[in-house]
Amino acid sequence: MSESAYREMWEKLDLDLAAHDGLLEVLGKFYGDIYLSQKGRLNGAEYLDFVLSEVHGLRIKELQDAKAQGKKVIGTFCVFVPEELSLAADAVQVGLCSGADAGKELAEEIVPRNTCALIKSFIGFKLAKLCPFTESCDMIVGETTCDGKKKAYETFGEHVDNMYVMEVPQRKEASDRELWKSEVLRFKDSLEELTGVEITAERLKKGIRIVNEKRRALQRLNALRAAVPTPISGRDVLLVNQISFYDDPVRFTENINKLCDEIEERIAASEGVVPEGTPRVMLSGCPMAVPNWKLPWLIESSGAVIVGEESCIGTRNSRDLVDESGETLEEMLDNIADRYMKIDCACFTPNDERPQNVESMARELDVDGVIQYALMFCQPYTHESIKLDRRLSEAEIPVLGIETDYSMEDAEQLKTRVEAFLEMM
Amino acid sequence: MIAGIDIGSRSMELVLLDDGNIVSQRTLPTTFDPVAQLRKLLDDVAPERCMATGYGRELVREAGLPCPVDTITEIKAHATGAHALHPEAVTVLDIGGQDTKAMSLSKAGKVLKFEMNDRCAAGTGKFLEYTAAVFQIPVEEFGEYALRGENAPVINSMCTVFAETEATSLMARGTRPEDIALGLHMSIARRTVNMLRRVGGKLPVAFVGGVARNPCMTSLLRQLLEADGSDILTPEAPEMTGALGAAMLA
Repeated sequence: MSESAYREMWEKLDLDLAAHDGLLEVLGKFYGDIYLSQKGRLNGAEYLDFVLSEVHGLRIKELQDAKAQGKKVIGTFCVFVPEELSLAADAVQVGLCSGADAGKELAEEIVPRNTCALIKSFIGFKLAKLCPFTESCDMIVGETTCDGKKKAYETFGEHVDNMYVMEVPQRKEASDRELWKSEVLRFKDSLEELTGVEITAERLKKGIRIVNEKRRALQRLNALRAAVPTPISGRDVLLVNQISFYDDPVRFTENINKLCDEIEERIAASEGVVPEGTPRVMLSGCPMAVPNWKLPWLIESSGAVIVGEESCIGTRNSRDLVDESGETLEEMLDNIADRYMKIDCACFTPNDERPQNVESMARELDVDGVIQYALMFCQPYTHESIKLDRRLSEAEIPVLGIETDYSMEDAEQLKTRVEAFLEMM
Repeated sequence: MIAGIDIGSRSMELVLLDDGNIVSQRTLPTTFDPVAQLRKLLDDVAPERCMATGYGRELVREAGLPCPVDTITEIKAHATGAHALHPEAVTVLDIGGQDTKAMSLSKAGKVLKFEMNDRCAAGTGKFLEYTAAVFQIPVEEFGEYALRGENAPVINSMCTVFAETEATSLMARGTRPEDIALGLHMSIARRTVNMLRRVGGKLPVAFVGGVARNPCMTSLLRQLLEADGSDILTPEAPEMTGALGAAMLA
């Protein structure tokens, strides 16, 4: 599709074209520096490059085409929103822009300054008219995973006319499971009302299978990347995880499986992107939404390789599958509710699964250290990072805590910390 | 001859080792033209190789020196230098111009854990320099001056600018300036002790970096850590520790 047709589309979506051009230019340069400069990249990375280069282009065009056919677009910010249901309602589910400093000053007019960068970002993207995904949505689904988001959705809701909030319970008792199940049902009803499509057992079964296949592809990738020498950079795997929220799930699964086939060949030939003996680091903590590549880039340009992301844009999203044995609609909805209740989000109290999961993941991946990444002002994850620091230290797994935001001004300080951490290994 | 260079935000240090012995150590302010200052620092010496550390370490690598240059972080450099000067220390505290670092060390001097201040210069040499200027006292004498204080008022602001506002309002209320100076030192000392505790805070502590020359800081740290005289160790030239460590690792 031609550049001018894209511009016409963006104009229809009421984007601020000049500011949007600026954003795409910065994004393109950033991507060139961080991604295209990598040596020995897999051929399958062409898919990643293509999806990213067309993230505001062809993918948005596809969404418009889907809408023209009567499909609905559901925008989300969190791994708690069951994509299985959206697919069963013949809708498209996409993650919304929240990974870059955009419209920060505007956002700070309507949310407190000490709000995390992710929240400021999705509000800023909306106010500055920069996110074509947000503008394409028929329904935007928020969730109560932290106070910051919870309150921000109230304000955000004043600027969009299709805000919907799911209540995520804060504990994992039987009554919480019941609450969550009722929220899943409420979401199902709302989707049916929005789309006019009845979510039948047959449709839901298909939705479950598609999303499970996507998660299986990510699980396969995560298992393969653990090989020595490391066959794919952590940056690329992060990008795969990021793209899993944007691209069509069936196309994504197919391409990631192809990428995995290529990785298998690499492993068989003992080829890696870094030499054997390169320090292996695992990231743990807050999600890194596109184009938040700062920390992975600093880590991998300091002579280490990332072999795991314990994060919502990482294993927290792909670890658990929905049980596929359900035959009736009721069974399937129960299985969906159960699967999502397994998420070890820091919004839960207690959240004892997460430290266990982090430690066992670090052991399975045989990492030399764990870097905990927290967004500044993110209460849930900064709290857990103190506990995790203690637990990992006791387990004699080196750990470094990083608290940062989306700006680049602390890059040098972060680099010093990361390098010092690697020197300790 | 081997050179260790530590380029910080305020000053740069050079230590020259010959056969493991310090043959020269010198310092210059960093200024806004660090490369010119670096050339001045190395004016009459021709080391075989050089290890650079500190905030400006990449500058040294790019400065086109006539010898091979390698770089190392200030964490490892300070740990190595402090361990060489005070092998008994299991914790290292470095307070420099705009960085504060705390490290715990193994018996062999290996870094086990470290903490650094974030992007803000609160609680660093810069804070002392700024507040000393408010008192119109040279920063080198600020510690002695503060030691004359008796009742330190609590100063909560760790932000340099807000701390000045707090100090000014204390002055307006008639608080003795020496007491205010003591309060300002105490606010840094408390923050520093928190950082030390995050790395374990075991004694003895080697206190290095330019601020280790400040007698009030050493005295307050001793008090807050409930340490006796031999538990807070400061080398003769504490600001040279990073450059020394770098030279030893070259």
